[in-house]
Amino acid sequence: MDSPNFDDASDMSIPTMSVNNKPVQIDGEARTLLVHFLRDTLGLTGTHVGCDTSQCGACVVMMDGRAVKSCTVLALQAQGSDITTIEGLISEDLHPVQAAFQQHHALQCGFCTPGMILTALDMIHRNPVLDEEKIRHELEGNLCRCTGYQNIVKAIKSAADQIRSE
Amino acid sequence: MYAFNYHRAETLDQAQDLLAHYDDPKILAGGHTLLPTMKQRLANPSDLVDIAAISALKDIQHVGSMLSIGALETHAHVATSPIVQQAIPGLAALAGQIGDPHVRNRGTLGGSIANNDPAADYPAACLALSALIHTTRRHIKAQDFFIDLFETALEEHEIITRVEFPVPETSAYAKFPNPASRYALVGVYVAKTRNGVDVAVTGAGPVVFLATDLAEALTRSFMPGALDGVSINPEQLNDDLHASAAYRAHLIGIMTRQAVTTALARV
Ligand SMILES: Cc1cc2nc3c(=O)[nH]c(=O)nc-3n(C[C@H](O)[C@H](O)[C@H](O)COP(=O)(O)OP(=O)(O)OC[C@H]3O[C@@H](n4cnc5c(N)ncnc54)[C@H](O)[C@@H]3O)c2cc1C
Repeated sequence: MDSPNFDDASDMSIPTMSVNNKPVQIDGEARTLLVHFLRDTLGLTGTHVGCDTSQCGACVVMMDGRAVKSCTVLALQAQGSDITTIEGLISEDLHPVQAAFQQHHALQCGFCTPGMILTALDMIHRNPVLDEEKIRHELEGNLCRCTGYQNIVKAIKSAADQIRSE
Repeated sequence: MYAFNYHRAETLDQAQDLLAHYDDPKILAGGHTLLPTMKQRLANPSDLVDIAAISALKDIQHVGSMLSIGALETHAHVATSPIVQQAIPGLAALAGQIGDPHVRNRGTLGGSIANNDPAADYPAACLALSALIHTTRRHIKAQDFFIDLFETALEEHEIITRVEFPVPETSAYAKFPNPASRYALVGVYVAKTRNGVDVAVTGAGPVVFLATDLAEALTRSFMPGALDGVSINPEQLNDDLHASAAYRAHLIGIMTRQAVTTALARV
């Protein structure tokens, strides 16, 4: 049996994660949430804190390819994981989902948009077929107080169709 | 959140040693109940023992007449597992209705039943399917496991390792979600086996319970119409700002009929 290490972290190797393909060390208190680590320690402020009660989805990031609410994950729980934030999507051009949001006017104030886009990406990856009903069901964890969702649904459908056809 | 120390266990033995070593430790799985509770300062553990890296708790198997699901399996994984979909489609469909996609990507079977929220979905499936809950110390029948509001038969630091579900002839879950929280305002799991029918109700009372009158009527005839004239007593049901006890009693009848219709379509 492995004997547990009872000396708090002192002689353990420093935990790391990968954020937008760059290795980073996780420091700070154990209670640091992933969202605060991303925003305050790494300065990646595209990930937002909306409700802080796991409801609204403004803080959604990708963790090992799945969308998660980063306000409900400790930074230390993400050790060894690959994290992608909204900042990690852009290369030369906007990502196809971002471009679709722009084209379809899928945002007004923009506060929910990073979480919406990462949620959209996750649902496009997981669902071979995305119709309006499915998109609406998949958006249950993301609140938008401006758009009434109509154009968000349109943008996701169009991005899904475009990504599939590539 | 109050401050705490964090430990990551790689094996079950290590987790048990860590839990035995500290003052007031708590097990951390998906964190989608525990962390919100800690953020509200309703829980204040000295130490968190993260069990998420213990691979022995991640496993889905269908052997003979039993479907076994590891405690760390996420709701998303259970919902989309071809093994679960084939063995007990009602259980896969239930997992796909928990919370939202992000919650399903993190929340686990073990965490859900250990927490025993009165409106959680999995307890209804465990009870209706007569599941066996395996822990680091013993195995516990579902009917002896869910004791009261947020209270289970688990002892201090006892870790759920997996849950075994006997595969029924057919089964289905029907949920009326609270539109704000997505937890069950009323959820009913109906399971039909060779020995009869069981009906478990979540969301309506302080803890999940078996609706024996409904089950007896359905054992006589497994049709929605068999429930005509069977009344549900609202006396012990929750009565709060979300729904009155009488409305919940009404919903139990409706959800049971829906579950029977879905279960029949699966035969
Ligand atoms: C926005 C939101 C919506 C939700 N909606 C629903 C819903 O509709 N239906 C529903 O059923 N649930 C819902 N949930 C709860 C969700 O399913 C939780 O993930 C689940 O209840 C707890 O699982 P977890 O792995 O996150 O556990 P954690 O939060 O890590 O732990 C919960 C408790 O269980 C203990 N524990 C965890 N694993 C074990 C184990 N293996 N052995 C012993 N004890 C253990 C912990 O110590 C803790 O006390 C929702 C949660 C959120 C945040």
